Amino acid sequence: MNELIDHIKARFPIYDVIESQPGQIFVSLEASKLIPMITSLKTNHGFTVLVIFTAVDWIEDDKFQITYVLNNPKEKQDLGIRVFIHRDDATMESIHHLWKHAATFQRELKEMFGIDFPGSPGVDDPFLLEGWDNIPPMRRDFDTKKYSEETYFPRPGRETNDPATFMKQMLYPDD
Amino acid sequence: MFPEADEQGMPVMDLDSQKYIKIWQGPNHPGVTGNMSLELTISGDEIMHAKTHVGYLHRGFEKLFERRRYIQCFPTCIRMCVPEPDINEYNLARGTELLAGIDVPPMADWIRMLVLEMARLQVLLRMVPGQAGTIGLGLGAQWGLYYRELILDRFEELTGGRIYHMYILPGGVRGLLPDGFKDRLEDNLKKVESFMKDIDRLIYSNAVFKKRTKGIGIIPNDWIEPYGITGPVARAAGYQTDIRLDYPYLFYNQLEFDYNLEHESDVFARFRVRRKDVDTTVDLLRQIMAKMPDKGDFKAETPNVLHWKVPKGETIVRCESSRGEYTFYMVADGSMYPRRINLRGPSYTHAVAVLEKLLINANISDVSPIMVSLATCPPEIER
Repeated sequence: MNELIDHIKARFPIYDVIESQPGQIFVSLEASKLIPMITSLKTNHGFTVLVIFTAVDWIEDDKFQITYVLNNPKEKQDLGIRVFIHRDDATMESIHHLWKHAATFQRELKEMFGIDFPGSPGVDDPFLLEGWDNIPPMRRDFDTKKYSEETYFPRPGRETNDPATFMKQMLYPDD
Repeated sequence: MFPEADEQGMPVMDLDSQKYIKIWQGPNHPGVTGNMSLELTISGDEIMHAKTHVGYLHRGFEKLFERRRYIQCFPTCIRMCVPEPDINEYNLARGTELLAGIDVPPMADWIRMLVLEMARLQVLLRMVPGQAGTIGLGLGAQWGLYYRELILDRFEELTGGRIYHMYILPGGVRGLLPDGFKDRLEDNLKKVESFMKDIDRLIYSNAVFKKRTKGIGIIPNDWIEPYGITGPVARAAGYQTDIRLDYPYLFYNQLEFDYNLEHESDVFARFRVRRKDVDTTVDLLRQIMAKMPDKGDFKAETPNVLHWKVPKGETIVRCESSRGEYTFYMVADGSMYPRRINLRGPSYTHAVAVLEKLLINANISDVSPIMVSLATCPPEIER
């Protein structure tokens, strides 16, 4: 695995190389170098399976982390590749030409995080949320509690208690 | 070419020409597993185009994880898969341990392995006899439920819960096996074995079942890696994959078993692989019971779980479910709450990309067998 990392390091500007488990390495990369690197990993180094393709919202840094975890089934190795893009201009290159099921991941990321993948088939089709008109729900600034209070209304006559004070009253009524 | 293609090579299906009809299979349909629906464009009884629609069961679990402490994620994560919740417990517990650097006592790992194999057996006892229900032979499914309940009795005895157990926690498990547990499980396994002989006669020797399932829904070998196909579906195409053997976790490297392979890659081959999986699981349960120690420490020391700050890091954890590879991707940011927990189950590709492609030119009555042979489970898609 270390030979592979040295080989990649010579060709692509990777940084933050962390071995999370034996046979499992995460690296960071510039977003513009992603497609050449994973194409090379897939065709030359046997990383033929796309296991995880998801995003993490680092709202405090104003960035999205997109993680691609590739698996080499022969050598039993996992390589996680992190790329960071700005939250305001969340666009990433599509990898649907490399893996057939990547379009499904990209459709979900477009809907849940608002990350666009131009050219990916059916990327604008709703995946789970039909008729959604709010900000993408997996972004951390989407407040689930506020949304449910605005969208759904409690039945009239129903009492709402704060759990901490209610339990305190029930357990220690004299305090 | 039928239907005609446009300039981009996409099929043109004009519903007004009366050659094509659009129908919906699901979300409420006896031949559909769970809450999903298929939008089918048919010509006669041949499917020209299929599209999967999910979202009927979306509960926002991955969003909920972000607002919960690690221990509070357990009651949520197990509900991601109703038939087989223990794999979620294991993956979440293992991921938390890896991030926090906790070593688990060997006794806990043996019990975890026993629980995971019992979970696999109870899923297979529902799936293997139930798969013939898709072509109208529902008897096996009704018999199978009784034998599944026997395993659920053991779960109730061990954990207190029948379906959702919350028995595997970070650091270990909640307790040791009760007295006489192994004998009672052995009794159940004997009953399951004799039941499987009935199932062989009822289903696998049935001429109608063979005729309806052989030669349909064939997945070519070169689809496996580009589509990310895993588990029994890949093994039915002769592709050697089993996370328990490829990436041994717990003590699977101390047990003796092999890949259950078939080569035809049709619906019948996938059903055959699952039938072989029952025998393997029963054998593994016996091996685990024989090799596991009787006593030992079952839980490592962990910090107070309500104030537990897990160090910054990321990891992926995978295990073999009854349907294929089940992977968790966990990111911790050093706070008491996980930054991101992402789940990828086998249905994510099986029920969307693979199913949509596989149904083209299939007969409308073959939709249910093909779908069930891929073991689609919608909650994995809409976490």
